[in-house]
This record gives sequence, C-alpha cells and structure tokens, in this order.
Amino acid sequence: MTADIVIIGGGPAGLAAAVSAKEAGVDHILILERDKELGGILNQCIHNGFGLHTFHEELTGPEYAARFISKVKELQIPYMLETIVISIGNDKTVTAMNKEKGLFTIKAKAVILAMGCRERARGALNIPGYRPAGIYSAGTAQRYVNMEGRMPGKEVVILGSGDIGLIMARRMTLEGAKVKLVAEIMPYSGGLKRNIVQCLEDYDIPLKLNHTVTGIKGKERVESVTVAKVDENRKPIPGTEEEITCDTLLLSCGLIPENELSKEAGVLLNPVTSGPFVNESLETSEAGIFACGNVLHVHDLVDYVSGEAQTAGEKAAAYVKGLLPASKEETTAVSAESGVRYTVPSKLDITRMDEEQMIRFRVDNIYRNAYIAVYLNEKCIKKIKRPMLAPGEMEQVKLRKADMEQCDGLVKITIKIEQEV
Amino acid sequence: MEERDLVCICCPLGCSLKAKIEENGEVHISGNTCKRGEDYGKKETTAPTRIVTTTVRIKGGVLPALSVKTQDGIPKNKVFECIQALQDVEVEAPVHIGDIIFADIAGTGIPVIATKEVEKCME
Repeated sequence: MTADIVIIGGGPAGLAAAVSAKEAGVDHILILERDKELGGILNQCIHNGFGLHTFHEELTGPEYAARFISKVKELQIPYMLETIVISIGNDKTVTAMNKEKGLFTIKAKAVILAMGCRERARGALNIPGYRPAGIYSAGTAQRYVNMEGRMPGKEVVILGSGDIGLIMARRMTLEGAKVKLVAEIMPYSGGLKRNIVQCLEDYDIPLKLNHTVTGIKGKERVESVTVAKVDENRKPIPGTEEEITCDTLLLSCGLIPENELSKEAGVLLNPVTSGPFVNESLETSEAGIFACGNVLHVHDLVDYVSGEAQTAGEKAAAYVKGLLPASKEETTAVSAESGVRYTVPSKLDITRMDEEQMIRFRVDNIYRNAYIAVYLNEKCIKKIKRPMLAPGEMEQVKLRKADMEQCDGLVKITIKIEQEV
Repeated sequence: MEERDLVCICCPLGCSLKAKIEENGEVHISGNTCKRGEDYGKKETTAPTRIVTTTVRIKGGVLPALSVKTQDGIPKNKVFECIQALQDVEVEAPVHIGDIIFADIAGTGIPVIATKEVEKCME
C-alpha cells in the first residue's frame, strides 16, 4: 500500500491533522487507530468543558470528538480501526496489523505522529507493598466507569491531583463510591483550579498537598494505604504516617508521551517533554515526519491540541506537495531559560516560518506577578505580565516573523520568566 | 454585606472572583475577565447549578455505556437525585448526539441528552 500521509492515531490530534491536510489539498490520507472507534481519549472524558476556544461552547469529550469525526467522514478521509502500528521506518514505511489484513506495510510520503500519551504507572512511582487488585491508573478507571460500565471499587484514595485524578474523584463519588482523600506530593495541585472547585470542593473531598502514599496493604485486594507528609525534598517525614482503609487506589501521577514508534523511526526526543524535538513546522528530526498533540508534549486543553494538529496537517500537506523547502542546517534555537522548562517548537527556520508563530511552554514552579519575556539574541522584544503562572497550565506566546527578520544575525530566541524588580 | 471568594468554573482560566452580596440581595462580582464569569458569580451566590455528566446503559452498541449530560445546569442540590433517576435507564442503539434520554430530570424540567453517537453493532 501507499499513501501521501499516514496519521498514527485517531484521537483529537490525528483527526484535526487529517482534516487540515485534506483541506490543504492532499487526498491520499490514511488514519490508523488501534481502538474500536475514532476519538481517542475523548471518548472516556464524558465530563464537559471542552471546546470553549474552538467552538465557543462547552462540550463533553465525546461531543468534541464527534465534531471532528463527522468532518473526517464528510471529507471521506479513509481510516482503519483496531489497527496497531508495529514500526515506522526512517524511510516512512509504516508497518501495521489488524484482524482483516494481518501484517501489512504502507509506504508513506509523510507521517504524522499523533499517538497521544500514557499514564505514569505504579512501577514508576516506587510504592512498596504487594501487588493486590484495586490499583488502577486514573485513566484506566475512567475507561472502566465511563465506557465499559464497571466500577473499580467502593472506597477510594487517589494519589496525584492532576486533572484526571480530580475528574475521577467526582465521577467515583457520583457513582456511589466514597473518595476518602486526594493526596498530592507537590505543594500545589497539577490540575486546573476549576476542577479543584467543581470536583473536590463540591463534594467535600479532602485534598492534602505535600502528601504521598508510602505503603499499600492487602495481598489479594487493597485493604488500606499509608499516607505521609513529605518534606521540601519530597521525602516522607517519619511520624506523619496515617493509615486509610480503602479497596481502591487510583494513580494520577502524570502523563508521558508515547514515543516508542518515534524512537524506532530515528526521531530525536527531548528529555524534558519525552516528546520529539520539532521545528516551526512541527517536523521532527526526521524530514517528513511530523508530530502533534500529546505525543509531542502533554497538553491540558484539547483545543490547543486541535490547533497544533491543524498546523501539523498543513505542514505535512505542504511537504507532500513539495511546498515546504528542506530545513536549513543553521536554524535558530528557541531556548527555555530561568523558569521555562521547555518550548515547542525548540528551533525555527525563519525562511519557513509563517507570519506568526506560536511558542508553547510550561513553567517549572508557581510564579505570581511575573513576566513572560522574549529575547532575540540579547534584546528583549516582548514582556507580558501575568498575575499567575503554574506548571499545570501550558503557556503560549506569539512571535512575529517581521521581528525575526529585523534582527541582524539572529542566532537565539530566549523565552524566560522574569520577576518584578 | 457579605463577601465571598469564588473560583469561576466556566473555562480553564479559573478566574478568582469576589462576590459582594448586599443586604437587599444584590450581588456585585469583581475579578472576572468575561461576562460568563459575572453570570457564574451571581448564580453561584444565589442559586448554584451544575451540568451533570454521567452514563446510562445501552444495548446493541460496541460498548455497554452511553455518555449523557443534563442539557443545562440543574440545581446543585439535585445532582445526586439526577444520578439516582438515571440508574435504571437503559436505551437501545442507535443513539445520536442530542437525543433525549430522560425528559425531565429530578423535577427540574431539564432533559438529559446523549453526548455520543452510538451505531447499532452488527456483531
């Protein structure tokens, strides 16, 4: 088989990329999705709050996905379900398999990586104890409850206050479970403030910051967990342990872009995001392989995923049509400094850049009344005052091509956080 | 006069609001960055509502659960009553987004509607 663009993943990123590539005039597109239906993680996110930026109304996850799915169907973009990709060669040959075709290969002119992310599992958290039933990642529990109609347990402790953990605290409560505690190892929640209010405070679910789970009791099934306060180095403080009886522990301890396929294709990954390094066109280190959505860096808003994926789709289309000139060797680095953990993209080829370029990033701590500062070489060209910056909320800043072109001998763009002096 | 601190839940910005409630019941909101915030603050201090999202059982689809929501916010103290009323509801595929699953939930006059397209499964 051959295709102009193969899109790996039929979630929000893959769908939006497909639509924009098709609208940019590429006909021969194929979406590969491993689940039984398109929509990805949105199908299990039945809560509302999606789409305010994109559609100016508040939608649930499945409704948001449906907008893009119907567009994909309307544009007659081909997709394969229950199809898993085994490998991507650096010649952009995609090897996949499904029940119907067995193992097969697709020779693609361009590939868009849109595989999303996965949850950090217990093994990565080093919680001692047996391995009883009743320990789930929050997203697994979410799929059970919202899609498969099963309840994971009755008395629940949640470790980690990321959005999925908060959403699941409410969801389990509505379905009749008692959520006894949400423990967060950091001094702040990783989730959105609105979710603290509408998922925890509405239901009087306690949130303990600077706390973690240090032990799990129970051999066949979880019987209790031990929760302890942590010091400033996130080490449990002896004597602060408290045992909480429960039959279920949900882990909401972070998301990691799923890049096993990308690595095999030779794509270079950023150790900070665990996603590919990309340039202004969201093109990875391998020409013609693009990335967008949570496989690139973990987002908090699906609207931003759709926007990013739209760019990836357009750029992949331009690449296929020969309209995207090969990137020059001497691209301009976008450097993340003092307070900025990373930027996407991490480099720019100004000759290929659009009139405006969005730079997305996360900060490393909570900052109040701070400035997002943009420097071209040593010159500050932009300072945006922000009342509050938090690691849980992705930030963005727009760069103008005109500013770049006016700067003589531009070698480095720096994004940093500056405090009020 | 009473003052309350609120966090707006209308969008991911989560603006910190201050609600000043006068003796005559009039509410003044500050700290909001859009009109939705003002509306939310007034509602939250007088008659708080929530959109409830949950699932009902479905027969004949690929999966056994169908996601649904209240078409509009219902009074906060009716949330559990709403969930209760939907406990034994079972529908049959196909179902389309917006289909009414329960006409008047918990005496609020607000319908519960489907939020997912579920086609009839041939298997």
